[in-house]
Amino acid sequence: MMLRICALLIGAAGVLGASAIDGFDFSDPELAERYRELLGELRCPKCLNESLASSGAPIAQDLRRTVRRLLEEGATDDDVRVYLQARYGDFVLYDPEFRAANWPLWLIPPVLVLIAIVVIGRVGLFRRRAPLTNREREQIARLLEDER
Amino acid sequence: MSRARLFMPVAVFAVLASFLYLGFTLRDPHELPSALIDRPFPDFDLPILGEPDARATRADLVGEPRLVNVWATWCPTCLAEHGELARIANEAGLSIVGINYKDNPIQASGWLTRHGNPYDFNIVDASGDFGVELGVYGAPETFLVDAAGIIRYKRVGDINEGIWREELQPAIAALQSLQ
Repeated sequence: MMLRICALLIGAAGVLGASAIDGFDFSDPELAERYRELLGELRCPKCLNESLASSGAPIAQDLRRTVRRLLEEGATDDDVRVYLQARYGDFVLYDPEFRAANWPLWLIPPVLVLIAIVVIGRVGLFRRRAPLTNREREQIARLLEDER
Repeated sequence: MSRARLFMPVAVFAVLASFLYLGFTLRDPHELPSALIDRPFPDFDLPILGEPDARATRADLVGEPRLVNVWATWCPTCLAEHGELARIANEAGLSIVGINYKDNPIQASGWLTRHGNPYDFNIVDASGDFGVELGVYGAPETFLVDAAGIIRYKRVGDINEGIWREELQPAIAALQSLQ
């Protein structure tokens, strides 16, 4: 029962999410396509991790209307990004450009990967083990004997 | 392998966990740094609440430092900060201009009659479009705009006595020392 209710709710959320961005019809299908793509990479300022496309917050609705208006006025995708960034800051961009102020965002992940590679190398996951000596073989045989 | 090295993963986990803990507690992740600080207050031409034929423009804002407060009757925090705004208008003599944000004008006028009106006038932003120009993403939000019409400070959330003492008053004092 619970499962069914959950499934129903998830399904309903999907329908709501989809209808959130399809509320507008564009005369030009290419504009509609750019609109959908932009909404996917812009973040709702009220929500911590939801794009404008998926958010049901009233502010996301206002921003979707703004994006549509800008596109119909002939703005390029970059114009739209710059417009929203000027008002809401880097927060609204899921893919902000590299600048002095946000270097940790860009540099910490590769540094962590480097550290991981060094650690894995030192632990020796990729190093071939030396073959067993005869003495070790005898030891193993003895231990296995004891088990029986 | 020495005993101490066995505890390496635990140590790494502890360091990581403390960073994550700080990330969750140090600052409110819902609060965005404002992109509009030190930028001119945007142009507008919008109706004035309660005066059907009058409109306000940016020219009505410049001339003296003001607070511009975004509010609505549907916003409980706006009611919570209302008393402090009244105190600031009366005791500090600071001009406060309201932006009635995505609201019903009749309800808004009634709300001001019931709870008192600390505003010099209220700009009506029924659609929320002007809110987008201002980078507003919720109410209440409050801007300190200097005499030249430049935004100098922004508060997301309620204005209370602590915010007045620790943030707004110093920001206003800084404006006056510049003049």
